[in-house]
Amino acid sequence: MLDSRIPPGDLSSKWSDFKSKVPLVSPANKQNLDIIIIGTGLAGASAASSLAEMGYNVKAFCFQDSPRRAHSIAAQGGINAAKNYQNDGDSVYRLFYDTIKGGDYRSREANVHRLAEVSTNIIDQCVAQGVPFAREYGGTLDNRSFGGVQVSRTFYARGQTGQQLLLGAYSALSRQISKGSVQMYNRHEMLDVVMIDGVARGIIARNLLTGQYERHFGHAVVLATGGYGNVFYLSTNAMGSNVTAAWKAYKKGAMFGNPCFTQIHPTCIPVSGDYQSKLTLMSESLRNDGRIWVPIKKGDTRDPKDIPEDERDYYLERRYPAFGNLVPRDIASRAAKERCDEGYGVGSTKMAVYLDFKDAISSLGEDTVRSRYGNLFQMYNKITGDDPYHTPMRIYPAVHYTMGGLWVDYNLMTSVPGLYSIGESNFSDHGANRLGASALMQGLADGYFVLPYTIGEFLSKDIRTERISTEDEHFVKAEKKARKRNETLLEIKGTKSVESLHRELGKIMWDNCGMSRNEKDLKNALVQIKDLKNSFWSDVFVPGSDNELNTELEKAGRVADFIELGELMIYDALDRNESCGGHFREEYQTEEGEAFRDDENYTYVSAWEFKGKDKEPKLHKEDLDYKEVTPTQRSYK
Amino acid sequence: MENFSIKLKVWRQKNNKTQGKFVDYDIDDLNEHMSFLEMLDVLNERLISSREEPIAFEHDCREGICGSCSMVINGKPHGPLKGTTTCQLHMYHFNDGDNITIEPWRAKSFPVIKDLVVDRTPFDRIIQSGGYISVNTGSAPDGNAIPISQEDALYAFDAAACIGCGACVAACKNASASLFVSAKISQLASLPQGQPERDKRVVAMVDQMEVEGFGHCTNTGACEAECPKEISQEYIRKMNWEYHRANIKG
Ligand SMILES: Cc1cc2nc3c(=O)[nH]c(=O)nc-3n(C[C@H](O)[C@H](O)[C@H](O)COP(=O)(O)OP(=O)(O)OC[C@H]3O[C@@H](n4cnc5c(N)ncnc54)[C@H](O)[C@@H]3O)c2cc1C
Ligand code: SF4
Ligand code: FES
Repeated sequence: MLDSRIPPGDLSSKWSDFKSKVPLVSPANKQNLDIIIIGTGLAGASAASSLAEMGYNVKAFCFQDSPRRAHSIAAQGGINAAKNYQNDGDSVYRLFYDTIKGGDYRSREANVHRLAEVSTNIIDQCVAQGVPFAREYGGTLDNRSFGGVQVSRTFYARGQTGQQLLLGAYSALSRQISKGSVQMYNRHEMLDVVMIDGVARGIIARNLLTGQYERHFGHAVVLATGGYGNVFYLSTNAMGSNVTAAWKAYKKGAMFGNPCFTQIHPTCIPVSGDYQSKLTLMSESLRNDGRIWVPIKKGDTRDPKDIPEDERDYYLERRYPAFGNLVPRDIASRAAKERCDEGYGVGSTKMAVYLDFKDAISSLGEDTVRSRYGNLFQMYNKITGDDPYHTPMRIYPAVHYTMGGLWVDYNLMTSVPGLYSIGESNFSDHGANRLGASALMQGLADGYFVLPYTIGEFLSKDIRTERISTEDEHFVKAEKKARKRNETLLEIKGTKSVESLHRELGKIMWDNCGMSRNEKDLKNALVQIKDLKNSFWSDVFVPGSDNELNTELEKAGRVADFIELGELMIYDALDRNESCGGHFREEYQTEEGEAFRDDENYTYVSAWEFKGKDKEPKLHKEDLDYKEVTPTQRSYK
Repeated sequence: MENFSIKLKVWRQKNNKTQGKFVDYDIDDLNEHMSFLEMLDVLNERLISSREEPIAFEHDCREGICGSCSMVINGKPHGPLKGTTTCQLHMYHFNDGDNITIEPWRAKSFPVIKDLVVDRTPFDRIIQSGGYISVNTGSAPDGNAIPISQEDALYAFDAAACIGCGACVAACKNASASLFVSAKISQLASLPQGQPERDKRVVAMVDQMEVEGFGHCTNTGACEAECPKEISQEYIRKMNWEYHRANIKG
């Protein structure tokens, strides 16, 4: 049932062979083909502009007031590409290898190799659009090393790389909008996929300003709707990021891949109180010079200044002498949690550890530290009011990225014909753990260079399909269903706010399906989520009406979907009786407390099929076949 | 500091067809570590629990980069702190008992949609009129084929840092969009890639700005003072120069 459609041949020539053999669609036929793209982040905006340039009719949708505000805008650190401009031995193969290994051997070789291949074109494209990447004195592009890899392959634009890349893609999109080849629908939320004869043929969207329901036909539908980290309520994702589009697709037959693979970033500003609405990431680079510690004594409330050196536990340096503070994200995160759970945490909530620059300042001088991290220190200071030059930062891990997502084949098509998923919304190329600066790369690779080719395989067979009227009964029925759901939400008129129910969900997920998981808690969480679902559908209160701008109604629909997704994530975490990447099952660890991966039994992608309301989802396995690299255990001791 | 109180005056407006008015709200259990938007979240939760409609406001990243948040706080777009968006403002910048007035952006070209939410699509249309470099996917030369001096790259970057929030328009007594428009024009005009369309671009964008009904710039400098990304007014001079250059040549 699961066909990954990986082309035959040598790993390194699969993509070029594919490109030279994929059927083409003639310009005259392209004019008659409509493509719907949901989302205008890096993946969606790049796909929409590229497909429109090729001659297809594109309709693009986003829920923000402008395509320029998609969540991609917030990415800070940079974007990887195998340019080898620094002549430090980088290559397509090395980027491929690092990504497979970083993903803890749970991603597809063919996809990752293609990603590494097209990475270089991305940089060229962005430069040509006027993206102001950092430059060397001589005028060439600058690079930095990121996320513990041995080469400098990360391109960046100060701490605002995502912003600059997105504005580049947005400008290309704007050009196509002005030409009339993309019709842009801002402030529209997709509420369902319309299926006709087993093929995705359109969507139902709600105009968020007027509340009107709209039907849109497309020969193909592309979801570029981002990740679902907000299932945890608190995350570094933008407030509006949600799973609704992917979830509707799942319920229409698209399988969901590796839902439990989430990335928890170790250096975020900790929660300060129960009013907390989101978490802020502090760049990974801080760990290059900052030292992480907690007091040796439990519940020590002294000011950090007054805690002498021999009463501090630099636990990462203690546990991982070879890598120290620079261990990968998942390991650093779990170690912080372990200390805090044991009662060594600091700050008012005790759920934080220190990231201390005292030694860096005394050895490098305050000026050097300022030149390296000045803007980050300022950001920290703005939020907390503390001055990291004089008192250590307090940090704690936070949900950051979701490797899981809609299952797609090599063509980026979901298991529903005509329905594609690109960017963070698909289960993607990152396996069980994503390397820094690789999400931007993947989003733009999918949108600029992969989908525009691969979609041809499906559309070339569809050139004789006439546009289907949106008066067709399938559209009418889907619209009715979407409308009915919102009406139901408004009619419940219970006592609980959407926000409070979302918080409850977040707590269940964070406590049981977060940084570390075990069978007992997961099974417990399954019961709790079922209760929460009941409580949501019987006791939620959504004010206002359906025919106006109603942000509570929007949130209610999203949270209802998050609750169902949470359940699926737990099924997935329960199935995977091993620890790999971001998924740590307490039962499966080595004697020293490190993750124990089980290649013999779990070298597969979990693809979950929806079996109906209140029924258990069905697991399908896509076996991963490693031909090029040999999986090894990671060690950072 | 915990449990401090403030008195809010918030602009409430059902939609663009009805008149709006200020409504008073007292909040008295605030924590200084809350962000300004979290303070509004707390108020909204309270409104919802008393079956009232929450205050509509725009927000998404809450990190000062998406440009969604847009409120005039005590007469200043994005509030009292220099170089800071509303979402990055924290309550410890206020004092116990403070009176705080919150309004939407006020500008003819940005009509109010509901409460604090306004329509900023004119900005999108200005970019669509020419705020891009015409290069199709796949037709780009190698990234290092065109060297760009560090100086030019930094100049372009400073201009490109604009988040499209519209505070410059809200701050300007003429409701001019010059700072926003000039930042994009300057970014692209300073880069070699932007040269072929340089003249056409500035004329098209400035014309579109007029069509959208934004006012003229009279150099008051209010935009730069309130811009959360501290975009320099120098770019407006550059835009004017570019515009004249294009017209002389054209
Ligand atoms: C703080 C932070 C820093 C990061 N830094 C980096 C970094 O340095 N390097 C890196 O590689 N990665 C980084 N990442 C990850 C990276 O930013 C994201 O994975 C990536 O930008 C996702 O892009 P996308 O196009 O897939 O989705 P998004 O940018 O999330 O876009 C989703 C789009 O879908 C639309 N949408 C969603 N649902 C609907 C619906 N139902 N109807 C209509 N529209 C809908 C939205 O409006 C939006 O346009 C970072 C992430 C965070 C949170
Ligand atoms: S110039 Fe400044 S104030 Fe104006 S839109 Fe850009 S960031 Fe906002
Ligand atoms: S919410 Fe994104 S800039 Fe304020």
